Amino acid sequence: MGSSGGDFPALVAAGSSSSFFDYVSRSHPDLLPYGQNLPVGTMPATPHGTTIVALTFAGGVMMAGDRRATMGSMIANRRIEKVYPADRYSVLGIAGTAGLAIDIVRLFQVELEHYEKIEGTLLSLEGKANRLGAMIRANLPMALQGLAVVPLFAGIEPGDSAGRLFSYDVTGGRYEELEHHSVGSGAVFARGALKKLWRPELSADEALAVAVESLIDASDDDSATGGPDLVRQLWPVVYRVTNDGATRVTPEALAAVVETIVTRRTLERREA
Amino acid sequence: MGQQFYVSPEQLMKDRADFARKGIARGRSVVVLSYRDGIALVAENPSPTLHKIGEIYDRIAFAAVGKYNEFESLRQAGVRYADVRGYSYDRVDVTARGLASVYAQSLGTVFTAEQKPFEVELAVAEVGEGESADRIFRLNFDGSIADEAGFLAMGGKADLVQAVLDRLWGSGAELGQALRWAVAALEAPRQDAASASPQEPLTAALLEVAILDRKVTRVHGSHRAFRRLSDEDVAELLAQ
Repeated sequence: MGSSGGDFPALVAAGSSSSFFDYVSRSHPDLLPYGQNLPVGTMPATPHGTTIVALTFAGGVMMAGDRRATMGSMIANRRIEKVYPADRYSVLGIAGTAGLAIDIVRLFQVELEHYEKIEGTLLSLEGKANRLGAMIRANLPMALQGLAVVPLFAGIEPGDSAGRLFSYDVTGGRYEELEHHSVGSGAVFARGALKKLWRPELSADEALAVAVESLIDASDDDSATGGPDLVRQLWPVVYRVTNDGATRVTPEALAAVVETIVTRRTLERREA
Repeated sequence: MGQQFYVSPEQLMKDRADFARKGIARGRSVVVLSYRDGIALVAENPSPTLHKIGEIYDRIAFAAVGKYNEFESLRQAGVRYADVRGYSYDRVDVTARGLASVYAQSLGTVFTAEQKPFEVELAVAEVGEGESADRIFRLNFDGSIADEAGFLAMGGKADLVQAVLDRLWGSGAELGQALRWAVAALEAPRQDAASASPQEPLTAALLEVAILDRKVTRVHGSHRAFRRLSDEDVAELLAQ
């Protein structure tokens, strides 16, 4: 990225990069979640986050994640949150090694805010998606040790009428997805449900019902995905992104949606 | 090469200070003041893109007068300091006091050690839960730092601006009222010079205004209190 800087030595010297990630990599590499040289040895079991689904609807995009983290066959956490707002107009969800993933989310949030403060303008949606890819690529050595992090990124370009989705692989490869996508251990089952339930021009409320139902289907078949917990009143974490920004769906709205689905399925008395 | 002449340390410091003061006095003024629902930062700045006021962190803002390239690099350094600190500890651990003391140190070092001192004066403001918890720091080109209560003015003829604020400012004001005080204060140097040539009044287009919103977390659910006001918003508030 022109860091040889023959033309503008003063610019390079002033550390004028607008990227927090670049700055921290250079000046405080110990703060990054990765980059350590791991000694040989067996990694003990660490918490893993599981299923994230995302889908577009009329005027925006929605992302939902279940609340379970597993450690081998144990449930490590039943309240973990795996979907986060990245900035005002985008959200990201993460599956994989929870400890690293949560720090990558924090790093990405600061990266976007830092750019906005330094430059005085928002990064484009493509630009944000590319930065996230670079961060995931930097995690590749850890992924080779079994500590993979796989995000799902969704957002809207302010002023646009449709949301966009991006999926990633552990090498930082970035793929734009259409309509809907899912990642994590329950992703296969969630995607099957999404294929049947999603249709063009869903309203925001319909999209919410589809997202929750696909997570319920994932939890039905994947032991690492947590379903809605009616006893503890724990619902999936759902964010909705429209031109008005990213907002979290309230627990009350989620409780109502879950109740509708559960009641319907109870009445049907079928194998769902 | 010419012979090195002896210059006393007093003279050296005085020359540097005079040089910096002259640079700052050429610029237009900036006012920072607390009001009921936050802190308002108001600059006389006709440029819509080259800002004198900036966001540093959740509840912290920055305002400057003097040479643009110098205070812009200080602003960016402040953003880096705050973001690194917030990332390595927690967001609540970034405070205006910490930032102001880092600025004071670097301004002080440049004043004594570099070829030329920074020709800038900075303000660092942090909005608190109530007006009494607001923090406004003034930082001078030589690294001296002061904690101001309620309001501050800096830049060209800052003493005239400050005198008007001394007279007008009171706690518990609405945003519109605070902006009208700020404009009255910023117009003071113009009226002083008006005998020579009549000047147009300070309208919204000539002002750069931003606020730190005290209630942003409670009302809007966002952690970032800094918000720029558009010319239309400013004109509306001034007309109230």
